[in-house]
Amino acid sequence: MESQLPAEFIVNIDHERCRRCKRCVINCSFSAIEFKDKVTINNRQCVACHRCATFCPESAITITQNPLDYKDGYNWSPEIRKNILKQAESGGIILTGMGNPKPYPIYWDHMLIDACQVTNPSIDPLREPMELRTYLGAKPESLEFEGDINNISLKTELAPQVKLDIPVVFAAMSYGAISLNAHKALAMAAKRMGTLMNTGEGGLHEDLAGYTDRIIVQVASGRFGVTSKYLNNSALVEIKIGQGAKPGIGGHLPGEKVGEDISKTRMIPVGTDALSPAPHHDIYSIEDLSQLIYAIKETTDYKKPVSVKIAAVHNVAAIASGIVRAGADIVMIDGFRGGTGAAPMIIRDHVGIPIELALAAVDDRLRQEGIRNRASILVGGSIRQSADVVKAIALGADACVIGTASLIAMGCRVCQKCYTGNCAWGIATQKPELVRRLNPEVGADRLCNLLTAWGHEIQEVLGSLGINAIESLRGSRERLRGVGLSQETLDILGIKHAGIGQ
Amino acid sequence: MRIDAKGMHYRPMNKMIRDAVASGQKEFELDNIGGQRYIGAGLNENVKITINGTPGNDLGAFMNGPKIIVNANGQDGLANTMNAGEIIVHGNVGDIIGYGMRGGKLYIKGDVGYRVGIHMKEYKKQVPIIIAGGTAGDFFGEYMAGGIMILLGMNGKSPLVGDYVGTGMHGGVMYIRGKVDPYHLGKEVNCLELSEEDTKLISGYLKEYCEYFGFDFNEVMSGKFTKLVPLSLRPYGNMYVY
Ligand code: SF4
Ligand code: SF4
Repeated sequence: MESQLPAEFIVNIDHERCRRCKRCVINCSFSAIEFKDKVTINNRQCVACHRCATFCPESAITITQNPLDYKDGYNWSPEIRKNILKQAESGGIILTGMGNPKPYPIYWDHMLIDACQVTNPSIDPLREPMELRTYLGAKPESLEFEGDINNISLKTELAPQVKLDIPVVFAAMSYGAISLNAHKALAMAAKRMGTLMNTGEGGLHEDLAGYTDRIIVQVASGRFGVTSKYLNNSALVEIKIGQGAKPGIGGHLPGEKVGEDISKTRMIPVGTDALSPAPHHDIYSIEDLSQLIYAIKETTDYKKPVSVKIAAVHNVAAIASGIVRAGADIVMIDGFRGGTGAAPMIIRDHVGIPIELALAAVDDRLRQEGIRNRASILVGGSIRQSADVVKAIALGADACVIGTASLIAMGCRVCQKCYTGNCAWGIATQKPELVRRLNPEVGADRLCNLLTAWGHEIQEVLGSLGINAIESLRGSRERLRGVGLSQETLDILGIKHAGIGQ
Repeated sequence: MRIDAKGMHYRPMNKMIRDAVASGQKEFELDNIGGQRYIGAGLNENVKITINGTPGNDLGAFMNGPKIIVNANGQDGLANTMNAGEIIVHGNVGDIIGYGMRGGKLYIKGDVGYRVGIHMKEYKKQVPIIIAGGTAGDFFGEYMAGGIMILLGMNGKSPLVGDYVGTGMHGGVMYIRGKVDPYHLGKEVNCLELSEEDTKLISGYLKEYCEYFGFDFNEVMSGKFTKLVPLSLRPYGNMYVY
């Protein structure tokens, strides 16, 4: 059927400045640029990935949204009309990538951080030690010691802990959804920065064997690449129940992306769809979840913390409590703005709840039940900047998880076309000629720079708060104030409105 | 090594087994087993474990090599994500056995429960096989992505297999001894007659199977088998629009 859809973007070439080097033609992975005597554009193909504009030596390329005005209609927005056209032409579920772009409230931007003035001194982070170190894992209720004052040792047996030098870890993104070079960059950066990367559900490529002490290995419903060796060669094991971008639905790596290398890592034949069922079919209850948690603990001889990742949904607090009682050492909550390689748009844009509210609710609930010590809380789902990290930790998180931010650091332009496999930046693709565009070393440097910068920024804030360890901020909601929030929202977040003192 | 498991929690018992395996022990006999979970979980060595009694859930989970013989019934989750090895059960077993299993053999003498072989897969030479001598519950071979499943129905009970056989199936093959009514089948499945190669393939496994449980091989082979394969390796390829 011929498409009635107009182009989304218009690419303009300044032919005066263009010196016909054809770099843009070579760089465009979406077939929007050709060379016929001069650079010619197929606007309909452009996704605004900016690859051509970035590499044009003459800055001769500009990309604009197609200024095609629609008859005004607040209700029937152009996007809704275009989606209807797409579906009328295809009969398909609309697929998309990245996180929820809709203008739902961003609560991070309605929270402000406290600072010291006069009566309590701030600390200069440049000249005094500032501790960002964080340990993930179950903490004991109390500590018992043996021996005497000269020779004292810990009697309490500690659950396994994973040390983070900075409370920011890389999010689960599978090899398959993203390229091997992206995985390598994440692994190298995690090792250098003393943090973690996460395999996602696609197994672990053998090239990453040297980084396993910095890798979270995931067990998802498809169980791709999951073996006892995989579980034991890890920093910790994560059971993936849900994902913020697509709560309650499974994963689907299309057969065309399953080439030789992916097939080997996922341990499935070349060309078959890698389907992850929506639920783990051995988990229909908290008791069943506990069974899998302990199957993993038995397999790893109780040496690895086990994390359970869920999407933030309405009943998240009760579910998290169940997860902790089931024996998880870490609860990972992914908010509704979390990214994805591919998800139905209806789910990405309309299902789940914001991470800020979910985090506050979970931390509250675990405290009320007296089990907060039994698990660390990791949160993700659009942590965009170090300020979000500080606010999340003040709300009660142990550490944050960054997916989209880490991809942007490596070059991603958030064009939302990850599911096409044509990522021009070598990230969400398996095509060798595109994967090559991402140099793992350079990617790792960029990721390390980002985390280094965030680390310094967090230290600045800690200094201004007059504390010298991130530990002192954890769950300290008194150091946050809300602006422009309803009383109910403030109550859920457990913070006061700005203007209210102690 | 012989362990009297009466009243023992699974944790110290499995630890004992793991430690003994690490120090070179090759054979285990576990007596008075009554529901202890995770026996053999994650073991990578070619040891033999004989279980006298009914083991608990997740027997042989993530297992990679051992041979386990159960002289009783099994419970749920046997061979969960198993990579290699053998589990032989002289009785019936429960639900979701062979979930995500990727290699090795699972031979059950009697009936199997719901969702057997769900998302079983194969990779090159690693082709898992499940054979059950009795009947099966609903969702037999759901999401099946590889491997071989054979259901024999030797006890003559009916129905031979529950509803939604092979729902979401996108790889592997099932052989069911007897007729499967179309309304039991998932919509991603195709029903075929056996070729000579199929017969050769299953006789190899069934000979071994019959020896374990004392079934008459010729009688088993005299039944008429139905072969089930996926209609597509990409059942949901056309559902999406970009
Ligand atoms: S990259 Fe720039 S200068 Fe080179 S052909 Fe394209 S538009 Fe012209
Ligand atoms: S990863 Fe690639 S395809 Fe996905 S949004 Fe970023 S630039 Fe676009």
